[in-house]
Amino acid sequence: MGYGYVSYGLPTFVIIIIALYLLFTGSGEAFNVGRFLEESSPYAWAATGIGLCMGLSVLGAGWGIFVTGASIIGGGVRAPRITTKNLISIIFCEVVAIYGVIIGIVYSSRLNNIPEDLLYTPQNYFTGYALFWGGFTVGMCNFLCGVCVGITGSTAALSDAADPNLFVKILVVEVFGSIMGLFGLIVGLLMSSEAREFEAAQVAAAVVSPFVH
Amino acid sequence: MEALLFNVDSGFLEGTVRGYKGGILSQSHYANLTQCETLEDFRTQLSATDYGNFLANEPLPISTATIADKATQILVDQFKYLRNNAVEPLSKFLDYITYGYMIDNVILLITGTLHERDTHELIERCHPLGIFETMPALCVASNVEELYQSVLVETPLAPYFRDCLSASDLDDLNIEIVRNTVYKAYLEDFHSYCTSLGGPTAEVMHRILSFEADRRTVNITINSFNTELTKEQRAKLFPSIGRLFPEGNNQLAKADEVDQVRQVCEGVSEYRVFFSDAPSSTANSGGGDEASSAVSQLEDRFFHMEVHLNKQAFLQQFQYGVFYAYMKLKEQEIRNLTWIAECIAQDARDRIQDFIPIF
Repeated sequence: MGYGYVSYGLPTFVIIIIALYLLFTGSGEAFNVGRFLEESSPYAWAATGIGLCMGLSVLGAGWGIFVTGASIIGGGVRAPRITTKNLISIIFCEVVAIYGVIIGIVYSSRLNNIPEDLLYTPQNYFTGYALFWGGFTVGMCNFLCGVCVGITGSTAALSDAADPNLFVKILVVEVFGSIMGLFGLIVGLLMSSEAREFEAAQVAAAVVSPFVH
Repeated sequence: MEALLFNVDSGFLEGTVRGYKGGILSQSHYANLTQCETLEDFRTQLSATDYGNFLANEPLPISTATIADKATQILVDQFKYLRNNAVEPLSKFLDYITYGYMIDNVILLITGTLHERDTHELIERCHPLGIFETMPALCVASNVEELYQSVLVETPLAPYFRDCLSASDLDDLNIEIVRNTVYKAYLEDFHSYCTSLGGPTAEVMHRILSFEADRRTVNITINSFNTELTKEQRAKLFPSIGRLFPEGNNQLAKADEVDQVRQVCEGVSEYRVFFSDAPSSTANSGGGDEASSAVSQLEDRFFHMEVHLNKQAFLQQFQYGVFYAYMKLKEQEIRNLTWIAECIAQDARDRIQDFIPIF
């Protein structure tokens, strides 16, 4: 219990102290969400989105493969016949990482090099946010999908070792699990379909962020 | 959530133990074994199963004791493989399994020392799973006081002995009381260790350990009828876990006859079958023979229940209960094999079906 008090209580306490300090010293406006959104570059949003998409997908796939792999190796000690068949489970996990790669490639084609003073147009802001949240959606989706397929795959391996008739039945469960990653892929594509490539602003119409100095 | 990280440390071993479990003899194997005319046939039938040629090098008139020893040796080898590959907290869990056997061994040594038997002979009779490195040191002790001290220093069982018994108890008390006192402490400690592991391990192990505790409680009660054991002493031997605890244990502590035990067990629906058609002791108070057959029937039903609970442990993945359940199932299987071999050797065909099938 004592550990819980420290790990949750201390950060909360520190945050409250800092917030009150800012408030009472008249600098409460230092915490300004709108300013933060306008000042941060659309490139940062887009690149973080692509990174999250790839990173979370690979994390999910890797996690799934190790959960499945450990069980396949263990089950394979007494029932070596399961090892070849259950490579399918490994492939299902691997597919999740491939979804992440596909979206990563599609998104990174939107990146262009634009001079900084021509970057801050509403269109480019939109592209940045779309790529960030699209990448985050795909990443989280694939992460959970990878874990799901991995755990099901581990069960599939052990039940196959116990009774070969069960393999196909559990594989069906696993297939439905792996489809969830595809949902994320589709939604990720739709979210970025309206986002154009980064384009330089027409010089006359450039809306440079008033906060950028 | 335990599914996320369980396989990091224990996935391989869980798969292995489930593989071992696939080698447990099935109904059709038993059907073949019970058809055997001689022990040589028996050996041939066994070589077609997971046991393989484990009796191949034995000189020909095979005794049933050899079969039991060799089968136990296989189990011990498997256990050692698991134990050597395990890391915390699984390794601790596996150690807890061995403590049960260790208690039996230490009790055996204590009895032997009290009666001044040859120590080497005693060590040979110990269960191989309960052997610990410093066991020979226990045999050096010449009197009970020294023995008690060395049990405290040399064995992992120290807390159980220290908290429950003093050196003089070993001398005065009946050895069965010592055994039950220590075992009670062991069960409670194992129970609380499983609670600390949490998750499905705790869930599965609590089911099994609760039954184990209740079984001991009922057995102690029934065996203490008409003995010198006072009711307060009896109550002290009951583990403070299990589904009969606390009010069932209280009633059992005051019970005087089997009928009262039956009434207490009625309170738990799963336990009702134990006494369902056992003859009541009041009706047959004269016939000691029938009462003892009722007790042995009860024992059989306990074994059935234990096998049932241990089989259920395999229905859940990502928990340690399978290791415990496998050991218990395999032990039951060795008992079955010994029983069948014994029946064949003594030509007692009519009782050969009295083993407890597992799968």
